[in-house]
Amino acid sequence: MKLLYFAWLKQKIGIGEEDIALPDDVATIAGLVDWLKTRGPGYGEALADLSAVRFAVNQDFAKLDHPLTEEDEVAFFPPVTGG
Amino acid sequence: MIWVQREDFDVGAEMAAMSGKNVGALASFTGLVRGSDGDAAIGAMTLEHYPGMTEKKLAEIEAEARRRWPLEDCLVIHRYGRLEPGEGIVLVITASSHRKAALESCAFLIDWLKTSAPFWKLEERDAGQEWVEARASDDQAAEKWVATKK
Repeated sequence: MKLLYFAWLKQKIGIGEEDIALPDDVATIAGLVDWLKTRGPGYGEALADLSAVRFAVNQDFAKLDHPLTEEDEVAFFPPVTGG
Repeated sequence: MIWVQREDFDVGAEMAAMSGKNVGALASFTGLVRGSDGDAAIGAMTLEHYPGMTEKKLAEIEAEARRRWPLEDCLVIHRYGRLEPGEGIVLVITASSHRKAALESCAFLIDWLKTSAPFWKLEERDAGQEWVEARASDDQAAEKWVATKK
């Protein structure tokens, strides 16, 4: 699956995107967040306060309990500030 | 019509292009880069976006505006990249037979895109670079249109 990070999440994690194999025991965004936090301090820092993070699955906004599959594109970003 | 682009836009030319036989009202909103925030100077800002999702969300917002109001035409241009004070960030133009539909749909489009189109602003201040934080007042402005959903 493809993961994308934007704005300060991209800065803290250090990359804008990556391809990963969805771990067998990860079924939702919440599970993916927990797994990502184990991958390094940058992930831990970026995902420490989830009230400041928004999620999208296949380019639609999604909540933490959204189910995931290997084919999904999942994005992590702060609340939007365009316009 | 939706355009997500690095290039500047020409408000007058875009409005002229949207004039037509059945258009009795053109409403527009232009968002510009401010040079200050209170006492703090802002040197420039860089707009980051999520290519693909941005176009998708803006197209959904345009479709919702066309569903709610009788529009002859509708244009949203949103820029990305580094912009200096005074430069245009976003342009919304709506064309309708009458002013009410044009004015209301223009306000709806800018309110909704501010809370649902994936853009992020990074400001250059004297103290360094700073990500702009989302405002509760923007959420409230968008919520107002949910409450008045037709």
